[in-house]
Parts: sequence; structure tokens; C-alpha cells
Amino acid sequence: MEWEVVIGLEIHAQLATKSKIFSGASTQYGAQPNTQACAVDLGFPGVLPVLNQEAVKMAIKFGLAVGAELTPRSVFERKNYFYPDLPKGYQISQFELPVVGKGELTIELEDGTEKVIGITRAHLEEDAGKSMHGNFGGHTGVDLNRAGTPLLEIVSEPDMSSAKEAVAYMKKIHALVRYIDICDGNMQEGSFRCDANVSVRSMGQKELGTRAELKNINSFRNVERGINVEVERQIELLEEGGTVVQETRLYDADKNETRSMRSKEEANDYRYFPDPDLLPLVLEESMIESIRRSLPELPNAKRDRFVQEFKLSDYDATVLTSTRELADYYESALKQAKPSDPKLCANWVTGTLSAALNKADLDITESPVDAAKFAGLLSRIGDNTISGNIAKKVFEALWHGEGDSADTIIEAQGLKQVTDAGAIEAIVDEVIAKCPDQVADYRGGKEQIIGFLVGQVMQASKGKANPAQVNEVLRKKLTS
Amino acid sequence: MQGAVEQAQNHLNYLFFPLNSTEPVMSLDRTDVEKIAHLARLGINGQDIPEYAQTLSNIFALVEQMNEVDTHNIIPMAHPLDAVQRLREDCVTETNQRELFQSIAPKTEAGVYLVPQVIE
Repeated sequence: MEWEVVIGLEIHAQLATKSKIFSGASTQYGAQPNTQACAVDLGFPGVLPVLNQEAVKMAIKFGLAVGAELTPRSVFERKNYFYPDLPKGYQISQFELPVVGKGELTIELEDGTEKVIGITRAHLEEDAGKSMHGNFGGHTGVDLNRAGTPLLEIVSEPDMSSAKEAVAYMKKIHALVRYIDICDGNMQEGSFRCDANVSVRSMGQKELGTRAELKNINSFRNVERGINVEVERQIELLEEGGTVVQETRLYDADKNETRSMRSKEEANDYRYFPDPDLLPLVLEESMIESIRRSLPELPNAKRDRFVQEFKLSDYDATVLTSTRELADYYESALKQAKPSDPKLCANWVTGTLSAALNKADLDITESPVDAAKFAGLLSRIGDNTISGNIAKKVFEALWHGEGDSADTIIEAQGLKQVTDAGAIEAIVDEVIAKCPDQVADYRGGKEQIIGFLVGQVMQASKGKANPAQVNEVLRKKLTS
Repeated sequence: MQGAVEQAQNHLNYLFFPLNSTEPVMSLDRTDVEKIAHLARLGINGQDIPEYAQTLSNIFALVEQMNEVDTHNIIPMAHPLDAVQRLREDCVTETNQRELFQSIAPKTEAGVYLVPQVIE
């Protein structure tokens, strides 16, 4: 039987506020346990939550960025459950009336096509603390520093039909929250987390199959692997005549399998009700407007502009705008380079620079070669002072801090391209004399041998000859 | 705002009929009371259950009566003066008072609260 996969994602983005959503305790990551948990976060009797306006603004920012309806009057509710990392016995969240309503986001698929993914809602809520198992002699340890950290939970429609699409959507949201500067997107520190609702149905079937909620898939890689292995499990189960149970399943990356997390029958009996400690959140039109005006250029708009303004391919533009920092780097380098060649700059950023960053596991903001130095390098390629190959050497030297600009490195290492026609001709003659067989082959019609001969000349010039010039001189001499 | 009203009404249903029943529950039996007590982590005496069942059922009867009122298009009142949520500046105002807070905790170790083992 043919199966269709249906996936919806719930993404929790920690909002990058200084203080918590309902208290004045710090949200700084990595503090000593419980040093940033105040009486409100601990749920002491008599305390009252007071909403952080920055968290509200960030939620609005997100809503505007995905073209969502904003709820003029949204409501905070209590989600009731008992767990030690939730001292109040309830989490303050939003349920019936979330601050951000329906919106959408366009993702690019691998084959270059686009797909619009619906966003059902995004709501504000507080994070829970952290439970630690295992190290406390039969006890569970609780650190409540994270309790009360503002979260934006972004719920998608079940619009994705493969793990790859889910990853593309997640990456897009990840880039977006960083673009609009509401979340640092640090997945290691748990600032950006993801759960997936996964189900399958036979092709053409209208109603959705029973879904499993997949947890512990907090990296792009694990989202893809986790969903794939869960889909396989469900299809296998159904083909054997079994049924999928609605439950929460934990992905085990080491074993690459999912397993049932809990089967408490009242697990979802959260008994939401409006939190009597908090009044409705009313969004002023003036506040929304001022946030709208402050929105930076969004990824898709930036990509389209790169295509138009710089005449880049869709692919290059998409890669370069995948994060705001990378796009800024590109534009900064391009602006400073003389001559300013958008395609050359794009090739170097997506090629040599990205490869070096990947290899060193560095972010663009941590690049040892900043945009100004990079622009210096591009300038020398652009004005033919050095060839592409030599430029790679110069880049390496810049990367390792062997000089503070491309110019000083070129000067110090004598890498300036040889464009003097006489000098090049001399080397060409030398090579022709040394390689009579290849020369004969070329003259006999085996034209592709020219590559070998160019290589010989380049080698003899220690890479400094201008390849285009070499090519020209060689051809001329060989046919004369 | 019609949506809001309907949602609020759904809420009321949810509040007063927590057993996921769409039909009004006129009377609760023993297992209902036990389930509600468990959800609220309340320890109750078995002998008191019939009385709880009776008094809770009475509340439902009252709700049932209120449900007869047409509340269509009426926005639920959050505050008698129509006040809305006030917002605070995003600044850190709290300092570390861990020692003070943990002085009343039954068990702590290295700054961490210890609770009976929770099995995931």
C-alpha cells in the first residue's frame, strides 16, 4: 500500500529577554542552580505574576513576520499538571486565545520548489525548571533557574509530508527568529526546541491517521532521523494489521528508535482555565505599528532582493540569506570590495569561506577573516593582482592570522600575479620544449591536452601566471 | 469577538465537566470523585466520597441552570472595571536569595532541590 506522511511541528523558542516572563529574575544561561529562581518562579504563596512587555513585543514581532492575525485580546490560562520542575502545579500558558493566530511561512524544498506551511498559532508561556535524575542518591534534583523563562510556542498546521520538509520548515523558523532577534536559536542550550506530531494514512485517505507526538528531537539531524524512524514504525505496524496509539514517544538517537514515554491515561487532562492572576492581554494598535516599522528585512524579501539587485542565482541567494549574520557579512564584504563583484563575492562566501567555517565548526560571526579583510582579498582577485588559486593561499594565510590584510600577505610572500606577456611567453616556450609528446597530441587534434599544458605553465610560474593569459599564449604558440 | 465568547463557553464546559463529557453531567459517582481528587492530588477519606459526590453534583446542577441563560455575544468579564494586563519593563530586579528560599526546603544538595525520585 502507498502511504502518505503527515507532520506538524511544535517549536518552542526561548525569547531573548533579560528577565523572566512574569518575574524580575534573570534569564541568563549557565548560572549556578537556583540562583535565578525568585519567589514568583518558585510559586511562593502570595506572589503575583507581572507580564514582561518585551516578551509581548517579541511575540508580536513574530506574528508580523509570518503575516499572522494578532489577537487583540488574548488570555493567559493555567495548564495544570504535577511535576517537581513546575512548583506552582500549573504552567501559565495560552490556550483558547493565543496572542498570535493563523499565519504562514514559505519554505524551499530540495528540488527548488516552494511550499507554504500554515502556522496555526503561536502563544506565550513560561518554561519549566530542569529535573536531574541519577546523581542524587535515589532523589531527583530540581534546578528552577529556567522556570519562568519566556517561551513562544509556534504550532504549525499538519502541512508537511516528509521529514525533509519538516527540517526545512524548522530551519526556516530558526533563521526567522534570529533574523527578527527574538531568540538566540542556541539548540545546545535548549533555546530552540522541537516536538513533532507524526502520522501516516493510506494515499488518498481524507481523515488523518492517529498521531504520535515525538519528543527529544532537538537538532535538525535528529528531527529528520526521528521522524523517518517513527514513520517506518507506524507503516510497519499498520501493514501488520496493528493500530497506532496516540501517545508521546521519545526518540533515542543512539539506538535510532522511538519508544513510548508514558501511558498515563490522564496525561492530557490539563484542565486549562483562565489564570485569575492575569488580566487579558490587550494589544494596542500603536504598539503593533511601531513594531511593524522596526521589523528588519525578512529572509524571503532579502533573498528576492539579492536575486534582483546582485543578479545572483536563487540558490546562491537562498544560501547567503539563510542567516542574517551571513547575509550581513556578504553585503558588507561586497560593499567594501573594489571592484565590487557580487557573483565573485557569493562564490567565495559560499565556497572557500563556508568550507573553512564548517571545517573549524565556526559560525560566520566567529570567522577569523572578517568582512573587511575578506573584501581586501576579493579586491585583489577582482583587479587581477592574484589568480583564484593564489587567492586560496592568501585566504589560508589570512585565516591563520599570517598577515592583517590580503595586500600585506601578497607583498610579503611575493604572490603577485605575473601578467607580463614576455615573462609568460618565456615559460610557455620552456614548457613546449619540455613536452613534445603532448604538443604533438594537441596539434594532432587532441585539444583537451591543453589543460595539461596550462597546468605545467602554472606550476612553472608557481601559480602566479594569469591562467587566462597562459591559455591564450599557449594556444597561439601551438597553432602557429 | 464571537469566537471569544464561544471559546469562553467551551471553557466553562471544560471547567465544570472535566471528564471530557460534552453532555452535562448531572451527578457524579464514586469513580468521578476519585479521579478528580487524584488529578488535584487531594487525599480524601473513602467515607467522605458520597458526600463529595453529592455536593459536587449540586454545583453541576447550578451550572446546568446557568447554562439556560443565553450568553451569546457576551464577552466574559475578566475584571469589574474592565482593566487589562499591565506590562512591566524588561529588567532584572531580583537578586539571588537561594539560601533564604532553600532554608525551608525539606532537602537540598549543592544548591539543587531534592525531591522523591520521579520516574520518567
